[in-house]
Amino acid sequence: MEKSLNWREFIITRLIKASGYSAILFVALIFFFLVREGVPAFAEVELKSLFNIRWYPIEEYFGILPLITGSLIVTIGATFIAVPFGIGTAVYISEIAPRWMREILKPLVELLGGLPSVVLGFLGILVLSPFIRVFLDLPTGLTALTGSILLGGIAVPTVVSVAEDALDAVPRAYREGAWALGATRWQTIWRVTLPAAKSGVLTGVMLGIGRAIGETMTVMMVTGNAPVLALKLASIISPVRTMTATIAAEMGEVANGSTHYHVLFFIGIVLFLISLGVNIAASSVVFRAKKRAERILS
Amino acid sequence: MKHIFSRNRHLVQRIGFTGITLMAILTVTPIIATVIYILIQGVPAISIEFLTGFPHDGMRAGGILPAIVGTLYLTLGTAVFSVPLGIAAAIYLSEYAADTTLTRTIRIAIINLAGIPSVVYGLFGLGLFVLFLKFGTSILAASLTLSIMTLPVIISTAEESLRSVPQGFRTVSISLGATRWQTIRRIVLKEALPGILTGVILGLERAAGETAPILFTGAAFFLPRLPHSPFDATMALPYHLFVISTQVPEMPIKIQYGTALVLLAFVLTMNLIATIIRSRARAKRQW
Repeated sequence: MEKSLNWREFIITRLIKASGYSAILFVALIFFFLVREGVPAFAEVELKSLFNIRWYPIEEYFGILPLITGSLIVTIGATFIAVPFGIGTAVYISEIAPRWMREILKPLVELLGGLPSVVLGFLGILVLSPFIRVFLDLPTGLTALTGSILLGGIAVPTVVSVAEDALDAVPRAYREGAWALGATRWQTIWRVTLPAAKSGVLTGVMLGIGRAIGETMTVMMVTGNAPVLALKLASIISPVRTMTATIAAEMGEVANGSTHYHVLFFIGIVLFLISLGVNIAASSVVFRAKKRAERILS
Repeated sequence: MKHIFSRNRHLVQRIGFTGITLMAILTVTPIIATVIYILIQGVPAISIEFLTGFPHDGMRAGGILPAIVGTLYLTLGTAVFSVPLGIAAAIYLSEYAADTTLTRTIRIAIINLAGIPSVVYGLFGLGLFVLFLKFGTSILAASLTLSIMTLPVIISTAEESLRSVPQGFRTVSISLGATRWQTIRRIVLKEALPGILTGVILGLERAAGETAPILFTGAAFFLPRLPHSPFDATMALPYHLFVISTQVPEMPIKIQYGTALVLLAFVLTMNLIATIIRSRARAKRQW
């Protein structure tokens, strides 16, 4: 009895440990399979033409610059929406709202994070893009701007939840100190609470931007999918095409093992590395802030 | 200092508060409006035939049963793989792992898994499950892909929930002669269950609504029958909505809104269940 229990305990402990390590294995596997299918692109397409301004795979033009600028412009647009609204909502929820309001708002914002992106894209096609077309008098409402607005909405919950956590974590004594000095609540928020939560808020913003770069379905449905170089300010009101949308739209139709197939995987590597960079940067900000706090407190 | 003593600082506060409140309202209103709008537009399309019928006439008529069933299969398939693995990983992180380089690497890996774009998961699933392991475009391949994508949500919420169980519970159990695993299973897991469940449902909610990861791993454009085995491809609500709103010309708008409503109802129900479990657990908690 005693012995069998020990054996079971031993096996279960091992299983639990193995599961714990699995996350590392998965990241490695994802990277490995992207590289395995994506790196042959270098052998088939010259580096110079890979970073060219023409994406026209049917005639073997695999320049990914338009896709990169497309992703960039849509993401920048989304940032302009997600950052003020995300931080504003986070400040409202954690500093201004009465308790009952908080209890309603938090799950609502969480709900936004759970809305399928394909539903938002669907409404984007039927409601938002006709509105933008008429309102701005454009030939088509399927533009980078339309994508940016929806993408901003998709990034907001991430910004709100991380920023709100950070604001919540600011010790009450900080606020009380400011009040005691005669600061108004607004001054306290602006000059004490927000600066104290700065690193957490920044992390939220970075993760939100990361989410925006990686979003696929909404962007594919509403940005018009035109692989043109988006370098001017006016590009925001014209159709663009992002890296994610290109993969999603074209992978279904290419032959496995073709050049086009390898290049799409190569774009996947680029996206993987961007998200890796964003996430490592975001988590290092948190680690650094923690260390600083530990130094100050010890 | 000048600002602190300036006379109009209360005016500034009023303007500031109004601005922030307005922003919160502008953030939340579209969410409510979206849900209500789809509800209003979609309800007229809902009927028994719509929910239990097969699509016909190039999907322009009939029901969406195969897409509903497919989404159920994919969600269940995702749960089968990601729930045990995710909870076990959370137990490791909260109960066994010391603060070592390895643990920190695991944490960074989890953060990165959470950040990888969904379409990149699709590529990975295509490379590993569909082609390398030769599962083909199938429920199995799509579920496995969705599982790995869902894993970080489940791990981090479950870990948080496990950590919130007071240390004293473990100490008492172990001092009474229970082994570590007995303590975890009978005390810690039991106490953390509502929190874990909430995380699991929220994770699966995400998986149920995702399109990009299943695009090349398991989603079928149109399938005139229900899938028979895990090696079959399947229709799914999110992909079906994508197809009928972008790929099928002259699609009746009613069916589109109906499909969107069913998908939304699926997701909202899960969300609601998670919220209820969480608030109940909070109210009941005695520590």
